[in-house]
Amino acid sequence: MDLQTILSKYPPQPQYLIEMLIDVDDATEQHYVSEDELRTIAAYVGVRDSQVYSVMSFYTMLSTTPRGKYVIQVCKDVPCYLNDDFNVLKTIQDELAIGIGDTTPDQLFSLELTACIGCCDEAPAMRVNHETYTNLSDEKVRSILESYRSGLL
Amino acid sequence: MIHCRINNIDVVAEEGTTILEAARKFNINIPTLCHYPDLHINSDCRICVVEIDGWRGLKTSCSTPIKDGMVIKTNSPKVLNARKTITELILSNHDANCTACVRNMSCELQGLAKLLGIDENRFENVLERRPLDLLNPSLARNPNRCIKCGRCVDVCASVQGMHVLERMGRGHNMDIAPAFFQPLDDTFCTFCGQCANVCPVGAITERDNTDQVWTKLHDPTKHVLVQIAPAVRVSIGEEVGYKKGLISNGKLVSAMKHLGFNHVYDTNFTADLTIMEEGTELIHRIQTGGVLPLMTSCCPGWINMAEQEYPEVLPHISSCKSPQQMFGALAKTYYADKIGMDPDDIFVVSVMPCTAKKYEATREEFKADGRNSDVDVVITTRELGKMFRQMGIDFDKIEEQDFDNPFGITTGAAALFGATGGVTEAALRTVYEIVNNKPLEDIVFKDVRGLKGIKEATVELGGQPIKVAVSHSLANARELMEDVVAGTSPYTFIEIMACPGGCIGGGGQPYGTDNKMREERIESTYIVDGNMVYRKSHDNPSIQALYKEYLEKPNSHLAHELLHTTYAARNL
Repeated sequence: MDLQTILSKYPPQPQYLIEMLIDVDDATEQHYVSEDELRTIAAYVGVRDSQVYSVMSFYTMLSTTPRGKYVIQVCKDVPCYLNDDFNVLKTIQDELAIGIGDTTPDQLFSLELTACIGCCDEAPAMRVNHETYTNLSDEKVRSILESYRSGLL
Repeated sequence: MIHCRINNIDVVAEEGTTILEAARKFNINIPTLCHYPDLHINSDCRICVVEIDGWRGLKTSCSTPIKDGMVIKTNSPKVLNARKTITELILSNHDANCTACVRNMSCELQGLAKLLGIDENRFENVLERRPLDLLNPSLARNPNRCIKCGRCVDVCASVQGMHVLERMGRGHNMDIAPAFFQPLDDTFCTFCGQCANVCPVGAITERDNTDQVWTKLHDPTKHVLVQIAPAVRVSIGEEVGYKKGLISNGKLVSAMKHLGFNHVYDTNFTADLTIMEEGTELIHRIQTGGVLPLMTSCCPGWINMAEQEYPEVLPHISSCKSPQQMFGALAKTYYADKIGMDPDDIFVVSVMPCTAKKYEATREEFKADGRNSDVDVVITTRELGKMFRQMGIDFDKIEEQDFDNPFGITTGAAALFGATGGVTEAALRTVYEIVNNKPLEDIVFKDVRGLKGIKEATVELGGQPIKVAVSHSLANARELMEDVVAGTSPYTFIEIMACPGGCIGGGGQPYGTDNKMREERIESTYIVDGNMVYRKSHDNPSIQALYKEYLEKPNSHLAHELLHTTYAARNL
């Protein structure tokens, strides 16, 4: 879906900003909002670029730089931490051979941290694009990654 | 009325009063950091926390209204410990190299650390250094010193309507920056410097040019002139800790001579000249059906905004250069000729209440002699204060001297330029007498004075009532621009100043300017006006002589060449 089609779904008002940004982010395999798109969106809803950038930089689900096809976000908040989310993180880093904030050379995966995603009762948790995975163990993480790699998910 | 107890003192205050306000009314001092008079309360820093009996946790006194029967402690061990810890945490993420900072001894964070008795920090410094923004001639941003209080964000958004600076990111990774972390140079920033004026630390400051001035002052091959803006004389006293209010011109001139300037001139002279040129332009436009409303052009922050955001209003803006640039142009041409000196050897320094003036002086078109900048260096009121301190000037003891000539005789009208409404009042004093060909009975135009955001007045010119408007702060300018862009503006003349209060509230004025200080400086401005022999620009004998001897008449060919300019839309 191109930018104009997305914008035309919403009235030109700042309260629809986040919905628009998520749609734009989803509309590309690179999961990001480009500088030009950001400026167009700001002008459309009648706020400054700085205000849109401020909103985008606050929410981990949004990005202003290109990311992989699958954006993995590991929860970094306390309940997940207490349930050893660092092991989850380490497994992913080892499996994909990338660090936090990086994208694999084949542009398939990006690895990021996120604030609480509301799965504290089943910590540790992570999100891949819009899908949430909980009660993570080493094996579970590996099999999830494998499913994405092989195109099953 | 609400009754409560703060630190065992019975406090009575109106409903809606915050704990902080109520406490201050009763001389109970609660320290604050992000709080700033005239700006929004955002409770970002948590320094002002207090303990309230029966309430869970500590509460921020800046944002909690008093309630009947409240029992409040502002300095219990729990409160003091919290304040100290917060301050230590802020310091642990701060470039606290205090002696190498422009805010040393005027820094609010440093003052707080002293007040709370922080002799050493329990927390290790975890600052991750970020690059400085030194890419524009006006403002320097050092994110390593930023404590994220949000004052600059608020002043930029709510007072100026600009939103150049915003909060980026979240939690301890939050930064204050323009969109895309661009340098200010690549944004809509007008360089008004209000952010620098309200910053409690050294995170946003003017670009310091005092070293350049010292170098030239000590260069025997250079003839160094200085011009001083009307708004500086009503605030420099605060900056040097001499006294609030006005420093006499005599002492100021003398102090500047002590710094080593060859000649000390008054920007008020070219303010008078601006009135002659702009007044003539206004009369011409009214009489020939030219583009109206005519808008003032003295304020470089406003010019930046117009060129960047309102290209359609550019034909409305007076073609007059600002008084600073008129002075520079005359210095490098008329004056150079008069004293028989090569303009290459004349170095012109301006002292301005303004950071945008630094940018204005660097504009390519301001080279009247074809090669040198008309104004070589601009320093702010604060930088002048720094030079006075470096030189150890004692204002109590210093003798009085007159401004040098030919740019020394000025009028009360010119002095008004420093205050919002001043350019309008000065212009009306002259335009009224020229058009109506009779003396003005009351030269005071009360309607255009004061801190109201947009002011209006009506004046009879040639039997026609004309309406004028005055705005200060860029958010108010935007309001007026809507009508001008739509072609429905009811005004004939509009004065626009970027800073609240006009130049007396400029971004280069002493730190921590609030409305109370603005009012005091405006009052001083009117005292200067009242004390002058001449009160109207066209009565200035030096101005009359300049036209007779050199410029011929206002808006003459030569005047256009030297004193007028053009504007161009700038795309970002």
